Amino acid sequence: MSTVAGAHVEEHRDDTGARMGMWLFLFTELILFSGLFLLYAVQRYRFGSDFTFAAATLDTAIGTLNTAVLLTSSLTMVLAVAALQQGKRGLSVIFLSITFAAGIAFMVNKYFEWTHKFELGLYPGSEELTLHTPGEQTFYSLYYAMTGLHGIHVVVGMGVILVMIIMTARRPRRVVRLKDVQKAELEHLGPAGDYVAEGKLDEVRVTLFYAENEVVTERSVIRVENTGLYWHIVDVIWIFLFPLFYLIG
Amino acid sequence: MSAKKEALFGPYILVWFALLMLTGVTVAVAGMQLGNLSVLTAILVATVKSTLVLHYFMHLKDESVVFKLMLGLAIFTIAAIMLLTFVDFSFR
Repeated sequence: MSTVAGAHVEEHRDDTGARMGMWLFLFTELILFSGLFLLYAVQRYRFGSDFTFAAATLDTAIGTLNTAVLLTSSLTMVLAVAALQQGKRGLSVIFLSITFAAGIAFMVNKYFEWTHKFELGLYPGSEELTLHTPGEQTFYSLYYAMTGLHGIHVVVGMGVILVMIIMTARRPRRVVRLKDVQKAELEHLGPAGDYVAEGKLDEVRVTLFYAENEVVTERSVIRVENTGLYWHIVDVIWIFLFPLFYLIG
Repeated sequence: MSAKKEALFGPYILVWFALLMLTGVTVAVAGMQLGNLSVLTAILVATVKSTLVLHYFMHLKDESVVFKLMLGLAIFTIAAIMLLTFVDFSFR
């Protein structure tokens, strides 16, 4: 967008600022989880052998599978960003959809894992667990709290990805406000396929619909990029949760 | 990362492959029953994996130094909290 019938259209945007804002939010997420990791570390220091014993009851196979699923979803997420940067909107939507599907797969695995533990009576406050040592009880409390909080983050991430799928799949459009233009002069609009103009003659609001496979607005790239940042930090947290709960022993 | 610079798929796929390999390594090492050494390896491998994700997938390599300093400060803060807690806990 540059000049329309002599009226200069300026857009106020700061992509670096947008990413920095996202990173600042991610730091609060890191602090949130590190509080729990700290709790884990101290309790493991206290109840080392109990933790080893209890960790052996977790299914390493399902944990490894979920790690692979989440790592793969991180790949498709970053590919969605890359595709959008190349102007391939359709491909980006496909990659975002695969990422979303991987999120579902992760949560389904989690569901079966938790249900199985519940059937064995291994959940905080259960009668079965009162027969176990305090160390084991602590382990299961931390297991549910930490993987649970992580699971909530996965679900939130999936929600944001769903919004991104819808926003990216829609034809790119841009609403601009023009002052002092005659509606007739809007015929000169450049790259847009078609447009809707509304408002009075002294201030016209124009919605531009870009043609298919034409310009991907940079604004849509930063949205998906920030979604990716969130999805990746959730992956990073799982990268630490996985060995600490499933592999020690 | 600026949208003008075209991002290729290849490097990302390589990073993904490396992440899967490292997952395999950490699972294999955990199966060896090395005791405290296996905890150390697990943390070490997890740190390498996180660095890969942060550096490539989260585009930290293309960001300005301010972003890296910010992340450094966050990690330093977390490390300080962990260290001080353990110092307190050990000499109680």
